Amino acid sequence: MLGLAFLLVPLIGLLTQAPWSTLPARLFSADVWQALRLSLVCATSATALCVLLGVPLAWLLARGGLPGRSVIRAFVTVPLVLPPVVGGVALLLVLGRRGLVGQYLDSWFGISLPFTTAGVVVAEAFVAMPFLVISVEGALRAADPRYEEAAATLGAGRWTTFRRVTLPSIAPGVVAGMVLCWARALGEFGATITFAGNFPGRTTTMPLAVYLALETDPDIAVVLSLVLLLVSVVVLASLRERWISGLR
Amino acid sequence: MFRRTAFAALAAVAAFALAGCGSNTPASSTSPSASGTPSLSGEINVFAAASLTGTFTQLGKDFEAAHPGVKVTFSFDASSALAQQINKGAPADVFASAAPKNMDQVTDRNTPTTFVKNTLEIAVPKGNPGHITGLKDFTDKSKKIALCAPEVPCGAAAQKVFKAAGLTAQPDTLEKDVKAALTKVSLDEVDAALVYKTDVLSAKDKVEGIEFPEASKAVNEYPIATLTKAPNPDGAKAFVDYVLSDKGKAVLTAAGFDAP
Repeated sequence: MLGLAFLLVPLIGLLTQAPWSTLPARLFSADVWQALRLSLVCATSATALCVLLGVPLAWLLARGGLPGRSVIRAFVTVPLVLPPVVGGVALLLVLGRRGLVGQYLDSWFGISLPFTTAGVVVAEAFVAMPFLVISVEGALRAADPRYEEAAATLGAGRWTTFRRVTLPSIAPGVVAGMVLCWARALGEFGATITFAGNFPGRTTTMPLAVYLALETDPDIAVVLSLVLLLVSVVVLASLRERWISGLR
Repeated sequence: MFRRTAFAALAAVAAFALAGCGSNTPASSTSPSASGTPSLSGEINVFAAASLTGTFTQLGKDFEAAHPGVKVTFSFDASSALAQQINKGAPADVFASAAPKNMDQVTDRNTPTTFVKNTLEIAVPKGNPGHITGLKDFTDKSKKIALCAPEVPCGAAAQKVFKAAGLTAQPDTLEKDVKAALTKVSLDEVDAALVYKTDVLSAKDKVEGIEFPEASKAVNEYPIATLTKAPNPDGAKAFVDYVLSDKGKAVLTAAGFDAP
């Protein structure tokens, strides 16, 4: 019960501090919608990117028989414990326009990720990917590989086996990972502001808007936080059944 | 952290004891006696703007050397955050703010004194790869520009400067504080940023500074004050006097601050 209170009381604090009388006017301001829309688009894109990159990685970790797998797994989970600002600086050093990889992206293709919406997606994906990989890997380990072997003996290729047998059996795990990944991406602050910067309509997501609003008008910060909280709770609750079955 | 908590507890106990002796004044006015002796002792908690980190750390060391037995503890953060913490009851003795606005937010303070001024300067990466010559380059869309967000003091100052110059800046990012803007310059991710002269000096191996005439339109004043609820009022006064002394001024001007 104490644990529950510890988690819930700060949220209740937000509710009691909210300027309810002026809330609608503040909520419907253009800035809030702009930041919220950008947050939703970026978090969803980041989740898609994580699925694209994370599911194969999880498969590799669960089934790939790689040498030094525990070390690789440690590296995969590093963004989970790394201070997000450090993650942002690391991304700048690699993908920035003078970064290890970024300088070639810039000079060969004219692509520069910092200060763009794509940069927000990259920063969010970097921080959120471990959630997906861990969930999917867990599901893969729990799934019975004999079905895959049976499919293979029946003549299915590796891709067909993966698509028709493996993927459906781990679907709850993938969904669970996607939800966690999306929620983490939505709340991402440190890596985003460090790597992608902050510009309204382009890189200012809700968490950044909350932080800056706190400097001048704490009331607006509370309103923005409530919106973010509401969106997160609605999504987590609506996927609750699948989410729980995925974690089981 | 532990020491601060212990000290705060001690001060609270002393205040209670005094209240028990028949004093009906609030804790704020009884706590001065908590330090006991008139000579300096104990801990002095100084809440100071992040831009003062280097200079105040130096001043704290010098002050401790001049007053054996005194420990100066700093809390460096954004002035706005510090003002909030003080108003919420943080055990601070001295507040040094980067803007009068944040000093004004603190209700229980004594009359503040302006102790330094800071002016804006254009920071460019070493070698100036973006060929920045002045403020008008900030209106060039092809250049990568970082400014502070208008919500924070360096951003508000930048707005004033552009207004005075009659220019519309085209920033690529509005950073959350001046150090974040400086980081973008020192990593060569932007061609230029508007930061304080002191920031350029503090990162002088990585960035170059370009002065511009309009900077005089947005000079930032730093006020310092002792707090009426200071657990160590004698120490607080002594530290403020030290910052205002010639020795203190020398340290501050060496770091790029201007005299008020």
